[in-house]
Parts: sequence; C-alpha cells; structure tokens
Amino acid sequence: MRGLDEPLLDETDETVRVRFVVNGRKVACEVAPRDTLVDCLRDKLELTGTHAGCEMGACGACLVQLDGRAVHSCLIFAVQADGARIETIEGLTESGMLAELQAEFHRRNALQCGFCTSGMLINAHELLSQTTQPSRDEIRDALSGNYCRCTGYEAIVDAIEAVAKARSDGGGAT
Amino acid sequence: MKARAFSYFRAATIDQALDAHARAGDDARFIAGGQSLVPALSLRLQAPRLLIDITHIDDLRGVRREGGHLRIGALTRHCEMLSELLIAEFAPLLHAVAPFVAHPAIRNRGTFGGSIALADPASEFPAMTLALDAEIEIAGPSGRRRVRADDFFIDLFETALQPGELIIAVYVPLFKADQRFAFDELARRRGDYALVGCGMLATFAGDRVDDIRISFFSVGNTPTRVKGAEAILIGSRLDAGRIATAQGALEGDLAPPDSDEVPPAMRLHLARVLLGRLLGRLGEGA
Ligand SMILES: Cc1cc2nc3c(=O)[nH]c(=O)nc-3n(C[C@H](O)[C@H](O)[C@H](O)COP(=O)(O)OP(=O)(O)OC[C@H]3O[C@@H](n4cnc5c(N)ncnc54)[C@H](O)[C@@H]3O)c2cc1C
Ligand code: FES
Ligand code: FES
Repeated sequence: MRGLDEPLLDETDETVRVRFVVNGRKVACEVAPRDTLVDCLRDKLELTGTHAGCEMGACGACLVQLDGRAVHSCLIFAVQADGARIETIEGLTESGMLAELQAEFHRRNALQCGFCTSGMLINAHELLSQTTQPSRDEIRDALSGNYCRCTGYEAIVDAIEAVAKARSDGGGAT
Repeated sequence: MKARAFSYFRAATIDQALDAHARAGDDARFIAGGQSLVPALSLRLQAPRLLIDITHIDDLRGVRREGGHLRIGALTRHCEMLSELLIAEFAPLLHAVAPFVAHPAIRNRGTFGGSIALADPASEFPAMTLALDAEIEIAGPSGRRRVRADDFFIDLFETALQPGELIIAVYVPLFKADQRFAFDELARRRGDYALVGCGMLATFAGDRVDDIRISFFSVGNTPTRVKGAEAILIGSRLDAGRIATAQGALEGDLAPPDSDEVPPAMRLHLARVLLGRLLGRLGEGA
C-alpha cells in the first residue's frame, strides 16, 4: 500500500498492482485506479460471463459475489477490491452452486439473449440462501434491480420459485 | 462512460483520511460504499483527482450501546440494518426502513454514513435521523463535534459537513417501551426513489400522544419535519378529527418544488394520504 508521504496527485493514471482470489484462484493484475472491477474481470482476466450494461448500478448485469455477498462490479473500482475474494458466474457454475437454478432457467425459457442471466442467477442464489421459501412478491422484490429486456420476468420468477419449492420438498437440500 | 483518471489512497485511520483530504483540498473525495459516488464519477458529474477509501477504518465500524444512545458507525451497511440485532431492538424504525432503500446488492455495499453525508432529499435514512432526533458525529481538521439532525440538513445536497470532514457515527436515542413508529413510501416501482415518503416516532402516555416527530422525504430540497402537524397531534388520541386537521396543516409545513413529472399539488396530496395512513397505523399500535 502506498504511503501518505508520496505525492498522491502526481501519478493519477499510473497503474497499481492488485491481488484477489477469483473463483478460488489467486490472481494479480495491473490496473489503473479508475478501472472498475467489471472491466478488470472482463478485459484483464477474460471472465466475460459478467456483463457490463449500464455501468451505473441500474441494470444488475454485472453482479458478482464479493466476500460472499452479491455486489455490482460496475460500482467498485478494482483497487477497492484488492485483497478480496471474488466469485463470478464462471466459478459459481463450475462449483455447481447454481446448477439447479440454471437447469430450471433452461427448462422454463427464463433466458433468451442471456445478457441479464448471470446477474439474475447471482441475485436468485443470494435470495434463496437467505429465504428458503420466498413468495413471488419477495422474489420480484429481490430482482427489482435486475433488468431483463427479453423474457418479461414471469418465467424467471417461476424458475426461482420452482427451485425453492423443490429444495424444501426435498428436505432442504441445497 | 468511464471516470476521469484519479489516484487512490486507502486510509487505515481517521487521521490518515483527514490528512490526505487536507493535502488534496477540493480535489479529493472520500469513498465509502461507492453506490452513489461511483455512478457520479462514471457519468463525470464529479471528477476528483484523489479518492480516499475510508472502508478500512475500524473506528467507523460497528454498532453498540453508549448510555441512552445506539452508536451506529458510519460504515454500517444498509444490509446490516436488517441483520444487526441491536438495531432491530433499539432502532426498529431503521430496521423497518432498510428494505425500502435501493435493491439488495446495493444494500450490501451502501453505508449509513454515506447516505447521511450525501443527503439526497429522496433518500430514506437522512429523513429518519430527523424523526429519531439523532446526532451526527463529525471529525475534521479542527477536531470532533456532534450535530443534531435538526441542524444538519441545510439545502439541496448541502449539510453541516464542511469539505474534508468525515462522519464518524450516528447516535440514535434508544427505542423505549412507550414509543411507536411508522414508515411508508409511495414509489412507482419497489426499489426506486419514492415520490413521497414519511417516517415517524411517537411517545405515548397511555393512549395519548405525548411527543411526536414526523419527517418527510422527496418533498423538497432537504428531508423535512412537519412541525405544524406535529403540534396538532401532541396531546391527542389520534382520533379521525385530529388526523384530518394534521393532514390540513401539511400545506403550511411543506412546499414541494415545481416538477413536470410530479406537480406540487400532487405531491402534497400524496403526503396527506401517506400521513393519514401512517397515523392510522400508529393509533392501532403500529
Ligand atoms: C440503482 C440505485 C438505486 C438506489 N436507490 C436508493 C434508494 O431508493 N434510497 C436511498 O436512500 N439510496 C438509494 N441509492 C443510493 C445508496 O443508498 C447509496 O449507498 C448511498 O446513498 C450512499 O452511500 P455510500 O456508502 O454508497 O456512499 P458513497 O457513494 O461512497 O459516497 C456518497 C457521498 O458521501 C460521501 N461520504 C461517504 N461516506 C462518508 C462519511 N463517512 N463521511 C463524510 N462523507 C462521506 C462521499 O464522499 C460522497 O460524496 C441507490 C443507488 C443506486 C445505484
Ligand atoms: S452494469 Fe452494473 S448495474 Fe448495469
Ligand atoms: S434474457 Fe435478454 S435481457 Fe434477459
């Protein structure tokens, strides 16, 4: 970490080295302070499953897990995440955490172009980890920051509701 | 769009953050949750040359009792308003309001101190500090002070905070057994900023209102207490007649701004509707 005595303002666009654990693997990369986490993930680490839509917190396409919680990677500069543990859609898919949700999205056509899907899945996953049997209203509320321009949402809500129901019928399996 | 280039400094202590800001002057911004600041930078509404990250300062963290107050650290995230037991017990109004603030992922990052510092007139938490008679603790180059919420919000995005000053914590009087609260907002879509919102905290003597503080947001340049309506309700049993009189008093208490989307008369009407609903709930025990 840079010390206070160094001339802070003279080096505005100079890159700094950041380290994270991304999807269980330690990585280091050079970023400019103004590079957002979503740009770092997509451009530097080639993890393009995280999408950049509005880049202002409105659409939810860029959600990742940061230290276990869903956050917008367009609303964090990569330098702020230095030292953090990050899970992207790629890692969550590989570990099988999202498998039931993904199967149900597929079965019910809860995606068309897929632009919103990784964000939808990460949000749905967090909802189901906090509330085992959410009502349809609670599901819609949880997705209120995720835009989908294709599906009309109904199938997405159906899919999440179906997974919650299957899990509680199956004795609370995760 | 992308932010203009800036330098980044991660402060470990309050003094380091204040010192870095003092050196950089107007060109520096503190960043907490970044949920308002990062969009402003990306849209280039702001273009500071130095960002001072305050999220690693331990002294800004944590919720604890201090005498008759709950001390809520500036870095308390919106989602912690929901999960923190001390808040549910001693500041239940904040617990009830948190689900109305933005969306889940934004609540995972956004901080209480950041919301108060920004003082967006459409935000829930700043208005609630008025209803709760909270005090805001501020640290700056010339030392520390506590400012009552009543004296904190000055004008549009303008507060008692001077440039380079940091909110450390917010002190909320502990909720008591003879108190009741109510909150609601009218928004076009859940998670959006409200067209009108209102929160209130009342102390009862039996079934009579002994004291009440009512605060509205999205009604003007700052969150606004409606002192005319409060005065009418003190001493009452919240009967229909008094509630109607209090609703009538809002015309004198509020002066909604001109806006094409929501004309002032409509906003005033919505404020009356909301006040009536909330006082009804308060009378039933909220
Ligand atoms: C899509 C979207 C929807 C939203 N909806 C709502 C909503 O419905 N209601 C609502 O209230 N908010 C909403 N927000 C804003 C959100 O609640 C922010 O988290 C909050 O306004 C600011 O907190 P922050 O910690 O993110 O502050 P930051 O964005 O980090 O900072 C905001 C400002 O406060 C200053 N600051 C931050 N912390 C301190 C401190 N301790 N001392 C002094 N200055 C400080 C910063 O310098 C900056 O100027 C929304 C945001 C988004 C992106
Ligand atoms: S790209 Fe982050 S919310 Fe739209
Ligand atoms: S599937 Fe196209 S945006 Fe949702």
